[in-house]
Amino acid sequence: MFNHLLSLLIWLPIVGAVPVLLAGSSRPNTARWISLLMAILTFAVSLFLIPQYNATTGGMQLAESHLWIDALNVHYSLAVDGISVALILLTTFVGILVIIGAWEVIQDKPHQYMAAMLVLEGLMIGVFCATDALLFYVFFEAMLIPMFILIGIWGGPRRVYATLKFFIYTFLGSIFMLIGLIYLYLKAGTFDLHTLAMLPLTMTEQSWLFFAFLIAFAVKVPMVPVHTWLPDAHVEAPTGGSVVLAAVMLKIGGYGFLRFSLPIVPDASAHFAWLIILLSLIAVVYIGYVALVQEDMKKLVAYSSVAHMGFVTLGIFIAFMLARELGNTDAARLGMQGAMVQMISHGFVSGAMFSCIGVLYDRLHTRQIKDYGGVVNVMPWFGVFYVFFAMANCGLPGTSGFVGEFMVILASFSANPWIALFAAFTLIIGAAYTLWLVKRVLWGEVTNPHVAEMKDINARETLVLGGFAAMVLIVGIWPEPLIHLMDSSVTQLVQVLAIHKV
Amino acid sequence: MPTFNDILIMVPEFFLVAAACVLLLADAFMKPSERVYLHWMSIAVLAVTIYLVVFKQTGGTVTAFNGMFIRDGVASILKVFALLTTILVFIYARPYLQDRKLFVGEFYTLTIFAVIGVMLLVSAGNLIMIYLGLELLTLSSYALVALNRDSSLSSEAAIKYFVLGALSSGMLLYGMSMVYGATGTLSLAQLHTAIPSSTMPHLLVFGLIFMIIGIAFKLGAAPFHMWIPDVYQGAPTPVTTFIGSASKLAAFGMAYRLLETGMGDLAQHWQLMLAALAVLSLAIGNLVAIVQTNIKRLLAYSTISHMGYLLLGLVNATPEGYSAAMFYAISYALMSTAAFGVILALSRAGFESEEIDDFKGLNQRSPWMAFLMMLALFSLAGVPPMFGFFAKLLVLQAAIHAGMMWLAIVGAVFAIIGLYYYLRVVKVMYFDKPVEGAQVRLQPDFTLRVALSLNALVLLALGLWWGPLLGWCKQAFVG
Repeated sequence: MFNHLLSLLIWLPIVGAVPVLLAGSSRPNTARWISLLMAILTFAVSLFLIPQYNATTGGMQLAESHLWIDALNVHYSLAVDGISVALILLTTFVGILVIIGAWEVIQDKPHQYMAAMLVLEGLMIGVFCATDALLFYVFFEAMLIPMFILIGIWGGPRRVYATLKFFIYTFLGSIFMLIGLIYLYLKAGTFDLHTLAMLPLTMTEQSWLFFAFLIAFAVKVPMVPVHTWLPDAHVEAPTGGSVVLAAVMLKIGGYGFLRFSLPIVPDASAHFAWLIILLSLIAVVYIGYVALVQEDMKKLVAYSSVAHMGFVTLGIFIAFMLARELGNTDAARLGMQGAMVQMISHGFVSGAMFSCIGVLYDRLHTRQIKDYGGVVNVMPWFGVFYVFFAMANCGLPGTSGFVGEFMVILASFSANPWIALFAAFTLIIGAAYTLWLVKRVLWGEVTNPHVAEMKDINARETLVLGGFAAMVLIVGIWPEPLIHLMDSSVTQLVQVLAIHKV
Repeated sequence: MPTFNDILIMVPEFFLVAAACVLLLADAFMKPSERVYLHWMSIAVLAVTIYLVVFKQTGGTVTAFNGMFIRDGVASILKVFALLTTILVFIYARPYLQDRKLFVGEFYTLTIFAVIGVMLLVSAGNLIMIYLGLELLTLSSYALVALNRDSSLSSEAAIKYFVLGALSSGMLLYGMSMVYGATGTLSLAQLHTAIPSSTMPHLLVFGLIFMIIGIAFKLGAAPFHMWIPDVYQGAPTPVTTFIGSASKLAAFGMAYRLLETGMGDLAQHWQLMLAALAVLSLAIGNLVAIVQTNIKRLLAYSTISHMGYLLLGLVNATPEGYSAAMFYAISYALMSTAAFGVILALSRAGFESEEIDDFKGLNQRSPWMAFLMMLALFSLAGVPPMFGFFAKLLVLQAAIHAGMMWLAIVGAVFAIIGLYYYLRVVKVMYFDKPVEGAQVRLQPDFTLRVALSLNALVLLALGLWWGPLLGWCKQAFVG
């Protein structure tokens, strides 16, 4: 089993989707239970990664490789490093919570919803495991299909617009990456990522490839100015779709930078690091302000996601400045670490925020902030969770949100205090929009009569929110295991990005 | 003198000709109620022919009748897939034809004669053979398009097809005569050796241009695509399916024979012409498809754009490029049979299910059919892990390898534009509510359902495991 652990993780949920579909709409509960079972099973299998993966040696481990297409020398090759392990665990954990979260909420064709979720989960795990560029691309693109369906069938009123925009935007980004990959393949004769990383490339080639990768991953992260699909997709997606989108799918953009831009085109990445840093700061500051004026709760959290993901790209690319120009590899490591912790933390926090909004939406069927007010009076337990996640969202020490942001700001300070200053703005702006959201939704008098009739969260919802809360707290108070898990991989990445190819 | 060995080489073709004649006779003596036997006999005949093509062949390239007929890997692969898609067409066609009182022997014999045309065309070793194969295929197709005599739309389509087809055949012949004048030979092999030493290079290129017009017409590449939308929409859907699958394989075979086997030495000239055709096809096909409301017409414009991608492979002009183009032709044939198969499955007497609106809410009424259509559409759009994605990958790679990065980027950009209209159909099926009184058939014929399911699932299966097929395609052009 351990020889094929990664394959098992990818295919278990995908194959598991078949009995869920077969259960059909006539037996919704069977479908629900099978999918929950599959999600729990996948999570259980993914836990084996922790003992199986040797965090002290780092590098790509648990490798599997089979010839897939011999005529093209394409391999079905999988392997993980610490960063992938962390992201896979995030994926499988969130996978359970979204299925529980959708339990009674999705009444229309629940079997198709659950099956799409399971397929999506398997494909996302595949993205985090693939070490062959073509295999990565296949998983990366195939993911769009279940998400397209999820938003399109179970989404809000403008779901068709949002889901088409989501699909076409992402497809647009990635097809240029495909051209870049074909170019690399013709040069190297393989799609193997390790070989591609060793491939000598001139600065011109690197620059073109860098932008090909940038478009693909910037859309996914999303970075300013290609973030506009995200608010639409989030607002229209069903709660589970939003959770997966924010918690895992956005991370794939950041992960792509690590796997493609850094090792394959390090010189171009260093050369254009200023651009990414600038765009990240714009995301942090400007998008923070944009979030402030939103009247739709989901849109607010969506914009706050863009701002938080700005920290991820900032942390990754500030490392170039530190390692190459200043020779400060310790700070570079810190920045990169911070970016990774921020990815995981944002996964939990944004997933939790969207789940909270889902809870409110299920009761009142509106996401407008003005329709709420005084919710804590009728839903005290919900209020506890909501305030907690809001605090994590603005980066309160003791929650996971603090750790990553703090590390990135610290690293930025070593590079340039001005960058750190702008990045630190988030502590104010983030607090402003989050707390103002809490104030308008939770506190005050109950003005809307419908709010007065709202019931507090039930056991199922408590389970979902409690699951998220536990993880936010654990990563916030004791981030050491997480950092240890990723440390050796981050160290290697920092070494790689300091190597000049030209 | 033809020897017995020549006949042995052509056994599949001879068998199919003989079988077609037997079927024609049998039809004359059959009562209408017994015609279903004719249906199964036709399928059996095609299956036996596949067996003959695959198993009664020795490897390598052999020629018969003084080089008129070439049997090689390329021809065999194209024949197998042409026969296979024709079997699918027959299976999908039966309920449709029965509902419309078109269930007649002519459909079967004409289609089989068209298939014989395909087989001769892809095996042609001589300009005359190319013309003969082409005419056998197209003349049968004209008649098939007009099969539904009472429909003015069908008749109109047949006339358009015939007039434009005759014109393009004339162009092709004109080009051939010029090439003959410049080289003094009709044999493709001798043409290949005679071209470098020809004293009339301008005449050759001039002839080449006319030949390319003929090829472009047959492929349906812009700007010679005008007949495609009308014929696709006007012809009975089973005939459209045939024209969209087996006939495209033949067009690829013809292009390969003329351009590589014959005019390979002029590659530097025809590469650029094909690149121009490719760009135009991609642009016109994808942009015009966006505004279509009839799904047959939408698929017609999608064909035009797909032929643009196929040309991307041919532009490469090396075995790698040809194998990519052949892979593309095969993938397109399988995808279009699946897509048209769903249209056929959903149609019923007096209802064609050919408007996009007819597919509204299909997922709620028949989730399986919607799923199959979705597989076909995502494959056509080139979204991984579907078969169509890998076909696109190969042709893009071929174009980049030929040093035409710009062409690959054009191809990529139009893939994004093309995605939109495929997604629009998926949207209609999955996200829209079914309209009241929609008439789509929800329980199609059993054999149709099985064949269609296999057809569409193969698109997914080949997407996951397309190595062997690519290996065969590559081998065909190397050995």
